[in-house]
Amino acid sequence: MTDCKEIVEHIVEHLRTVIPPGTEISAESRIVADLGLDSLAVMNFVMALEDEFDVSLTMDNLAQVETIGDLARTLAALISRVAE
Amino acid sequence: MSILDKFVPLQHAYGELQRWGADPFAVTFDSVRSPVEATIDGRPVLIFGSNNYLGLTFDPQVIASGVAALQQYGAGTTGSRIANGTYQGHAGLEDRLAAFFGRGSAMVFTTGYQANLATISTLAGRDDYLLLDADSHASIYDGSRLSAAQVIRFRHNDPDDLARRLRRLEGQPGHRLIVVEGIYSMLGDRAPLAEIAQVKREAGATLLVDEAHSLGVLGENGRGGAEEAGIEDDVEFIVGTFSKSLGGIGGFCTSNQPNFDILRLCCRPYMFTASLPPSVIASVQRGLERLHEEPRLRLNLHRNAHRLYGGLSSAGFILGPHPGPIVSVRLPDVAIAVTFWTALLQAGIYVNLALPPATPDSHPLLRSSVTAVHTDDEIDQAVAAMTEIGTALGVLEGGND
Ligand SMILES: Cc1ncc(COP(=O)(O)O)c(C=O)c1O
Repeated sequence: MTDCKEIVEHIVEHLRTVIPPGTEISAESRIVADLGLDSLAVMNFVMALEDEFDVSLTMDNLAQVETIGDLARTLAALISRVAE
Repeated sequence: MSILDKFVPLQHAYGELQRWGADPFAVTFDSVRSPVEATIDGRPVLIFGSNNYLGLTFDPQVIASGVAALQQYGAGTTGSRIANGTYQGHAGLEDRLAAFFGRGSAMVFTTGYQANLATISTLAGRDDYLLLDADSHASIYDGSRLSAAQVIRFRHNDPDDLARRLRRLEGQPGHRLIVVEGIYSMLGDRAPLAEIAQVKREAGATLLVDEAHSLGVLGENGRGGAEEAGIEDDVEFIVGTFSKSLGGIGGFCTSNQPNFDILRLCCRPYMFTASLPPSVIASVQRGLERLHEEPRLRLNLHRNAHRLYGGLSSAGFILGPHPGPIVSVRLPDVAIAVTFWTALLQAGIYVNLALPPATPDSHPLLRSSVTAVHTDDEIDQAVAAMTEIGTALGVLEGGND
């Protein structure tokens, strides 16, 4: 599952379980500003994704991420680097 | 539009806190009579929120050494360690620290914060990886931001997660520097150092342990968590502070690495700040000797820690996982925490109030701590006051959660 779109869907599915029901969510959603996750919730969900995809995001990687799409692209890049 | 507008949300949160009737960030002690007794707003209080684990702030010998050095060498050095700011006292304290830890060298910094900032930012260079426990102290995070290395967090106190993250780096060039703490300052929990050392060995990584809260507290000789776990040989760098068990201020890093002293010429937070005043150096040196001469202080500390932890635990409070000098009570929300903290202060007990995001799990904490010099009566008084308020607020286990 290294395709960006698939990763977005996966993240959205994941996040639906932690955000209030009915919250709009898409690749353009900003994780903190739109979904209201606090830094601890973000860390926990990012760590769960890291386990699933068997990659580690650096603090620099994370600092560049604002939207779900950003996160998916970062994960996809790391996964393809591992696969090389 | 002001440059300070970005802090409006913080201003609101702070205002909310003050509306609940408390300002835990603006507590001023009018007088301090001992490690335990002080007055706030003219009212006597017992201090159950400090890092004065051995109670050395008022040790007569520690004070006398400081006074003598103040008179002999003056109020300050007015210079950096690498210019006019190294006196015999600074060099002597470094030798003493290195001998205490059984290592080749030690460097003394102006604060513990700067010791982490300096060592972490300088040791981990552009091609290296820093692996930090997610619950690391701000000084460790700030050191990692000042470093050019890639920074990866692992789950708090989770050696398996650390091992996974090290495995993912296999084949990448560069050193891996793992950073953990002996005792974590918020919940008082300890790092599983034996397991972390094993992971470190298997991955060929380098290990730095911040013993800020464990120096003088853990280990048969008070050398900290690494001594207690029997893994001192696996720890390349020990960082610590003089502002807790030694009752002064300042920080250090000690190591057996050959050429360690070259760091004096490239650690910016060592070079570009003035050195500690000679009086502080003399007090800390005496404090280190007291720590060594008086193992009974450490024994008293642990007795007192068990009394406080046991008392609060039987009362039904939700505490950190390990009994120790830091005993933190987890509370359901900020409103209850502030109400609790204020009532406790009115009852004559001062504790630290820790609010998220500075706490590990987004719950506020009443962070209490004991020293070696609290009496049984004082501890019982604190437990009784906390139990009474905890009962009234319905936060004891089985109460409201
Ligand atoms: C784990 C840890 N490291 C470093 C420090 C910084 O120490 P200092 O107060 O000497 O700057 C602290 C103290 O707050 C700490 O808790």
